[in-house]
Amino acid sequence: MCTYITEKVAISGSAKGASGWMSVSDSSVYLDHPVHAPFGHTLNIDFLAPERGPSGRVAVELSQESARALVKAIQTVLGAAPPGLD
Amino acid sequence: MTDALIAETITITAGNGDTIEAYSARSLDGSPRGGVVVIHHLPGYDDSTKEIARRFAYHGYNAIMPNLYWRQAPGASPDDAAATVRAQGGVLDEQLVTDVDGCITYLKGLPNSNGKVGTIGYCSGGRQSFLAAVSLPLDAAVDCYGAFVTGTLPENFPLKVTTLVDRTRDLSCPLLGLFGEEDAHPSLAEVAELEEALKAAGKTYEFHVYRNAGHAFFSVNRPAYRVEAANDGWERIFAFYGKYLSA
Repeated sequence: MCTYITEKVAISGSAKGASGWMSVSDSSVYLDHPVHAPFGHTLNIDFLAPERGPSGRVAVELSQESARALVKAIQTVLGAAPPGLD
Repeated sequence: MTDALIAETITITAGNGDTIEAYSARSLDGSPRGGVVVIHHLPGYDDSTKEIARRFAYHGYNAIMPNLYWRQAPGASPDDAAATVRAQGGVLDEQLVTDVDGCITYLKGLPNSNGKVGTIGYCSGGRQSFLAAVSLPLDAAVDCYGAFVTGTLPENFPLKVTTLVDRTRDLSCPLLGLFGEEDAHPSLAEVAELEEALKAAGKTYEFHVYRNAGHAFFSVNRPAYRVEAANDGWERIFAFYGKYLSA
């Protein structure tokens, strides 16, 4: 099914897309049919530069297992960072 | 007689007067023939669904696939357009109906039209094929595993749609339903609910539920592809259209 379930998060950073680096201000996180990954449903993240229109997007489609592993890795790395870094 | 066909991107006028993009695949033979509106799935107006439109043209039909995301993302690549529309909660039912309405007018206006038009849709397009058939005058409709024609929408479902079973009495044409036994949406219970509604309304329908198949079994470029179900499904589709879209 098409789940349409989406979490939208405001972000601050940059992403590299087909036309090079761009500042991204928004992200969409959703579990739905992928375009490319060989799974029925994937955890998808779009990093968005809305002012660039629909093509202002860097997309990833991850298996649910690898998405959970990625979350854990992100939390591990952030948790191990020395205090005071900005 | 010729088997030559043309496939190209065009613009058409939707029922409400808007201009939208569409992909037209049609026979160059002048003898009268039926038309098919192909409704794409959520991942969009993509290569694989254009291939389906060409398949109908190869089999002698005039086919057209409206770009349902044209208004929200004109000119964008299919995946970017799908992501944009998805984030907005999908296509409104009213917009789908007016786009299919424009496609019907286009198909009936072709010089080799026999005046008959059917719809077919996959996944979210399956529901939208049923939606078109309860909203517009059609000659045949095919629903390939469309969710939420019946059943119950999940709590806090972000898509602003309703189920359609209450509109079954408005169905304007015979319905072919193709489903996978392992599909959760629509589930076997949801398929049975639709069948009961069609029976109660006295509608003409034909359902096939395939073993060892789940959602999206027609998708040749996805792991969900099931060759036995898809091959039989295609045979059912062409037999159904041969019966209801011929002159």
